[in-house]
Amino acid sequence: MPDKDVAIVGVGQSAFVRGYPGGIRELCFEAYREAMQDAGISSKEIKALIVCCAPEYDKQRSPSGLINEYLGLNPSPTFMVESLCSSSTTGFAIAYSFIKSGLYDVVCVLGFQKMSEITSQDVQERMGRGADVMWESPYGTSMPSYYAMYAQAHFANFGSKPEDLALVRVKSSTYGQLNEKAVYRKKVTFEQIMSSGVVSSPLKVMDCCANADGSSCIILASADKAKEFSKKPVWVMGVGQSNAPMNLASREHMRGLECARIAAEKAYAMAGVGPQDIDVAEVHDCFTIAEILAYEALGFAKQGEGVNLIRDKETYLEGRIPVNVDGGLLSKGHPIGATGGSQIRTIVLQLRGEAGAIQVPNAEIGLVHNIGGVGIYGNVLILGR
Amino acid sequence: MGFEKFGRKSFTAITKVGEYVDKLESGEIYTTHCPKCNKTYFPPRMDCPGCLSGSLEWAKVPATGKLVTFTNVNYAPTGFEGDLPYLLAVVDFDGFRMFGRLSSSMQGTDIKVGMSVKPIVVNYDNGQIAHEFIAAE
Repeated sequence: MPDKDVAIVGVGQSAFVRGYPGGIRELCFEAYREAMQDAGISSKEIKALIVCCAPEYDKQRSPSGLINEYLGLNPSPTFMVESLCSSSTTGFAIAYSFIKSGLYDVVCVLGFQKMSEITSQDVQERMGRGADVMWESPYGTSMPSYYAMYAQAHFANFGSKPEDLALVRVKSSTYGQLNEKAVYRKKVTFEQIMSSGVVSSPLKVMDCCANADGSSCIILASADKAKEFSKKPVWVMGVGQSNAPMNLASREHMRGLECARIAAEKAYAMAGVGPQDIDVAEVHDCFTIAEILAYEALGFAKQGEGVNLIRDKETYLEGRIPVNVDGGLLSKGHPIGATGGSQIRTIVLQLRGEAGAIQVPNAEIGLVHNIGGVGIYGNVLILGR
Repeated sequence: MGFEKFGRKSFTAITKVGEYVDKLESGEIYTTHCPKCNKTYFPPRMDCPGCLSGSLEWAKVPATGKLVTFTNVNYAPTGFEGDLPYLLAVVDFDGFRMFGRLSSSMQGTDIKVGMSVKPIVVNYDNGQIAHEFIAAE
């Protein structure tokens, strides 16, 4: 049984869209409104707000001050957290420790990104600068090219193939069509994926997730508060975090993401469970190869054998370990600061039995794997009911 | 000053390892080494996190290394579009690894993980300079 110290009592997410018709404060309010209505509490209960985003996409400096004001949360404290694409699970880890320490008993974690204010190329340029700007960015790096190098190494070391990556996107599309909040809801076929243009070999257009605007909101509470508020609290069982070098050259191998493997090891140890105990998982599939690497880092498959899970459809809803049955980043889109919170929301709905068409029957333990940059920041969470 | 000359487009001007560029300009590729910890670092750095020394030594990069992975880039971030397509790679030198481009002359050739490559100095048309890698004979 998990320690029942810290619970999730409310979850919310905006629709993830191509161009949000409003400002960042309004975008944040969308997820906040849904989470507060879900929790059924008033703003007086929130003792601190942690805003999670990668701020180089915004004109607004220090957005947490503005957002705290717009949500009506002053005079309670707020600050911003950034760990690239894993910002909101990093914020979640801090919220957990605030509650566990007794400093605050109810904490709101709000992740957002409005990426549409700059061009897709400028987004890639900023993402490229999420690598070492002194030694790697000067060569013209970008997120697709980094993950492409992991894919190339996986192909060479383990014999995986472009067709395996396409199967990941086929699965994503199967569930993305069902997700009303996803940016990409069209059905895509294996042939369409295989014939899409190459972005950075071996990754093709359809191996990559799309940028999006979006927000997510998670409300955490102490055990006492959770019992007071919530009919169906979801408990935090494990929080694992780890970092790997920003420079690819400084990493010992290219066989997988060490930050994810170590974060998973820590989260499993804290929760007292193993990969075989996970009923449903959300993993950071910013690229198709990233989902294969996640299977291996999380112990769902041995190193080099992740492709077997997708070939055998083991990660489909009916499979041994359903993964990203909300469509994942590949279909939902990836508004950097909001992504981790969206993953948490999906798992919470699963554990409450409120996931609708994508419900995994009787899910008791769920896992979130959220990665910042190309395997720089690794966060793994284990949640239980 | 001086480091703004490194790479196709630099984002950094001042660093304690600016000598890297001077060495490139004289046709040599070095990285740094901590004699006390017997550890070679790439990227080069003057500070050792192992023994806290602030004055590491320059050490010559070996003549050949092995290709760990690579990608052929067809979609560039802002400022690099003119070079498309270009190859990015990680190369292992038995003890440390380097990141950089594979020579544009390798475009269209049969590139394989594990193949032998050698580091070379490349002068770009806009006066910039960098290390790249090319297939060893």
